[in-house]
Amino acid sequence: MTDIEELGAGLTAAIAAAKDERALEELRVSALGKKGSIAELLKTLGSMTPDERKANGPKFNGLRDRVSDAIAARKKALEDVSLDARLQSERVDVTLPVHDAPRGTVHPVSQVKDEMIAIFADLDFKVAEGPDVETDDYNFTKLNIPPEHPARQMHDTFYMKPQADGSVPLLRTHTSPVQVRTMLSVKPPIRIIAPGRTYRCDSDATHSPMFHQVEGLVIDEETHLGHLKWVLEEFLKAFFEVPKVGMRLRPSYFPFTEPSVEVDIQCDRSGGQIKFGEGSDWLEIAGAGMVNPRVLEMCGIDPNAYQGYAFGLGIDRLAMLKYGIPDLRPFFESDLRWLKHFGFSALDIPTLDGGVSR
Amino acid sequence: MKVSLSWLKEHLDTSADAASVADRATRIGLEVEGIEDKAAELSAYKVARVISAETHPNADKLRVCMVDTGTETVQVVCGAPNAHAGMKGVFAPPGTYIPGSKMTLGIAKIRGVESRGMLCSERELELSNEHQGIIELKEDAVVGSPAAAALGLADPVLDVALTPNRGDCTSVYGIARDLAAADLGVLKGGAVAPVSGHFPSPIKTSLEFPAGLESACSMFAGRVIRGIKNGPSPEWLQTRLKAVGLRPISAVVDVTNFVAHDRGRPLHAFDMTKLKGNMRARLAKHGETILALDGKTYTLDEEMTVIADEVAARAIAGVMGGEESGCTEATTDVFLESALFDPVRTARTGRTLGIISDARYRFERGVDPEFVVQGLELATKLVLEFCGGEASEIVVAGGPLGGGRKIAFSTADVKRLGGLSLPQSEIVRILKKLGFSVSGNEHLTVVPPSWRSDVHGPADLVEEVVRIYGLDKVPPEPMKRPHAVAQPVLTPQQRRVSWARRALAARGFDETVHFSFVPRKHALLFGGGDEARQLANPISADLDALRPSVLPALLASAARNQARGLLHALLFEIGAQFESGMPGAQTTVAAGLRAGDPPRHWLKATPPDAFTAKADALAVLDAASRQPIAAPILANAAAWYHPGRAGTLALGPKVIGYFGELHPRIIAAFDLKGPVAGFEIFIDAIPEGKARPTKARGKLEASDLMPLERDFAFVLDAGVSADQVVKAARGAERALIERVDVFDVYEGKGIPEGKKSLAIAVKLQPKERTLTDQEIEAVAQKIVNAVAKATGGTLRS
Repeated sequence: MTDIEELGAGLTAAIAAAKDERALEELRVSALGKKGSIAELLKTLGSMTPDERKANGPKFNGLRDRVSDAIAARKKALEDVSLDARLQSERVDVTLPVHDAPRGTVHPVSQVKDEMIAIFADLDFKVAEGPDVETDDYNFTKLNIPPEHPARQMHDTFYMKPQADGSVPLLRTHTSPVQVRTMLSVKPPIRIIAPGRTYRCDSDATHSPMFHQVEGLVIDEETHLGHLKWVLEEFLKAFFEVPKVGMRLRPSYFPFTEPSVEVDIQCDRSGGQIKFGEGSDWLEIAGAGMVNPRVLEMCGIDPNAYQGYAFGLGIDRLAMLKYGIPDLRPFFESDLRWLKHFGFSALDIPTLDGGVSR
Repeated sequence: MKVSLSWLKEHLDTSADAASVADRATRIGLEVEGIEDKAAELSAYKVARVISAETHPNADKLRVCMVDTGTETVQVVCGAPNAHAGMKGVFAPPGTYIPGSKMTLGIAKIRGVESRGMLCSERELELSNEHQGIIELKEDAVVGSPAAAALGLADPVLDVALTPNRGDCTSVYGIARDLAAADLGVLKGGAVAPVSGHFPSPIKTSLEFPAGLESACSMFAGRVIRGIKNGPSPEWLQTRLKAVGLRPISAVVDVTNFVAHDRGRPLHAFDMTKLKGNMRARLAKHGETILALDGKTYTLDEEMTVIADEVAARAIAGVMGGEESGCTEATTDVFLESALFDPVRTARTGRTLGIISDARYRFERGVDPEFVVQGLELATKLVLEFCGGEASEIVVAGGPLGGGRKIAFSTADVKRLGGLSLPQSEIVRILKKLGFSVSGNEHLTVVPPSWRSDVHGPADLVEEVVRIYGLDKVPPEPMKRPHAVAQPVLTPQQRRVSWARRALAARGFDETVHFSFVPRKHALLFGGGDEARQLANPISADLDALRPSVLPALLASAARNQARGLLHALLFEIGAQFESGMPGAQTTVAAGLRAGDPPRHWLKATPPDAFTAKADALAVLDAASRQPIAAPILANAAAWYHPGRAGTLALGPKVIGYFGELHPRIIAAFDLKGPVAGFEIFIDAIPEGKARPTKARGKLEASDLMPLERDFAFVLDAGVSADQVVKAARGAERALIERVDVFDVYEGKGIPEGKKSLAIAVKLQPKERTLTDQEIEAVAQKIVNAVAKATGGTLRS
């Protein structure tokens, strides 16, 4: 009896004293291995009488289980220690900087264009496009600006050098030639907007030889000035994200519209920031009017059957107003600091459900 | 067009102040861009009297004046030679901002003598450049009263930005007429009484134009006034003219300027003694020259009209008179000309010669053809009044053209086009107030007045009614909504552009927008710069060529940023590049570049190279395509790329894009530092992809069986491309091989000269049952054979 207890006590002490996993393994082999002390003990059961076996079996097995458990427990403890040691050795300086996530930007002109498209799409306007280089006919003549017309002076036009066929194309001075192209190719009813680049030989602090406009054109059998007023007002409210907008139409003159109007928006510029829907300032933001019957005629549409309106809005100007961008020229100068500051995240996709801006 | 309030009130009976006039004018289409109110600007300046002016004790050229300001007597040190006791001048107290000297006045000691204020010169008030002495006011000026009134400047001046169609409003009278129609006041009678002639005009007028060109000048009226004494015009007239920015010259000249401004009728006065024979309007002769009133000599051509005597051209018709026949103070006999010149021809002449004048401003907008003789009568009356003399009878050649246009007008058009429901009576009332004659009941016949050459059809009449009645009264009306839920509106191309843009921004690129024109020297580097793509009138030599590629602008911008110390830039632009100078010869390209070494980082960042550019290009292509596109890659690109480190994405003969490191010569040409790699994806060239009948996705084929991977290393000729190996391996057993990845490329020790080792990992995906070792071995052998056959490569031992 005492032999067993002594054996047990000795092993338990040795297990507790085992310094590392290797020492523990040696102990396990010496106790539980094929020729280990406990294995040898268990072998003696075979030569015992049934009674002796009945008496000793549970004791021997009990000893084996105790030693086995002690070894497992010690092993776990040793593993924990060594894992702790390893983890300590694996420590890194988590304050070291990582690579920045890519943070590119979308240009304000593109962003505002997308915002405008989202709003006008809800009003069923399709998006039309046309070339930057235009014919004199589409840019002027078919818009009721014949050669030598004084209105041509309103457009300081860039001309190309003569082409092989003798023609002298120009850079479109407005997006209105897209109206012409649309009317010549599509039967009414027409509802389009046409955003794009426009050019005038004009360059100073507030003018740029290239800028962006969006043209609007509606042709059907009933659209009149009241519809134009409604659409511009609804657009401006949605675009500037204000519940109401003060809008004023002034009579004006464009050869391609009759009546012609200029559109002013009410704003408050006191306090450095511009607010819409209040204040005493008026800012001009669009030219518009009912499409001149002469233009309809020249574009193959019967002015007795169809009518409609057209408008032109400055994209850069709307971007400046909405987002507080002070100057036009840096739009096209690609200063990284400007791009990062005024640009938009790739994820800022304008939607009507989420709001046109973040 | 400048109008002073008091001048306006000569023609318009109204109690409105400048602000209400400006507001109403703007509302009816005569946009007032500004109101210049000198009385407000100069409110600090008062009339003062100099009591005494003694020589400064320490300076001979200065005077010490005691000045009565009306409220106190102050001491002022003054440097003006004309300061003298008893005079009245313009006094500014300390604290006044002096615009002409751009400073605020303080109390100062000048050479030891205190000065409490200033007696001002015209230049100091920015009234003129006069700085010889201080302003000397009239004796009747009231001490202590506002100086602006004493200077005749109390009258607010409205600056009206006229649209080019409103020739009728190039006069104070015309603006008054429009405002009266808008019920701002009552138009006073503008009738001009004829001045009877006392003798036949010794100078006759004639029109000498070739057949077909008579419209160049349809009417030429004139008369002689002899025995005048030309001197300064009366004070009231000078004040009128000065208020609107015109310089008084002499009575005769001032009268012509007055009639032009007051009634929109340009006239010209010739000194009769400097003319030879009769006067005619004719086309200029090619190369004919004239010394004009601005002191410059102009060379004319046969597209221009002149007023000539028997010897030479004496005036550029409708634009400017000649210096040699102009009136001076010595003039005693004048010939007054009043004519009708063609607007288009006059505008063209002015443009060609580069002359902007008040006459041109009016003629090119269209003057009232019925006021030719009346204008002459009005001028005659004034000249006689100011200068004495005796007028001849009037001679007239030709007459007014056109006129009496009848427009059939249905008042329903006001609602149809203008959205404004008005009773017919109101519509007729407005038209009549504007001078239109209206007849008929159901269907109206409207005749525009002679001064409204811009009104041609019903739409014009709708505009007249709407602008006078008030655009603000047009009720907004919702447009019909054709679809309950809005339909998508973008074309496939527009969506591709949008996807590409957002994908690039998500990859860290900053979007830019550049001008469509670049310097020719840059265009030349990118396959452009030919004559057809040159602008005829560029704004500067730096912006003279349509861009043949978007890259040069991006490179220039990257260089500009580097020059500011921003050495690493990821820039892109999606826009047009131009294939020729013809309309439509442009394609949409998404181009981008990574320029400069990335900032140093303890975690190494990849510098721009052919492979970053390839990844960018493929990312754009992937984002811009509805379905994945596997465009073969060719190992060469456009000339602006590094010949050995760039590729082309192509579908058959169609180039979809380029990518790679930029050619070192290009990098040097733009003065860029560090490596530069870029890409161009031609959005228009990307195939649209098949539209599917439904949105349902295909069946997902996902095997439950474990995939297995086998590695192969091949020894290949150095010129064999990875693509060839991957393709061959992939094709060896399509049903089983799911993907092939290159995981190592090696040249050097252990590999013979001129050879390279390329290692691939082949992933096999069993579909129906686990593969046996023999089957796996058989596939491996097929792969080795296929690569050997395609490339001559052998398995590396």
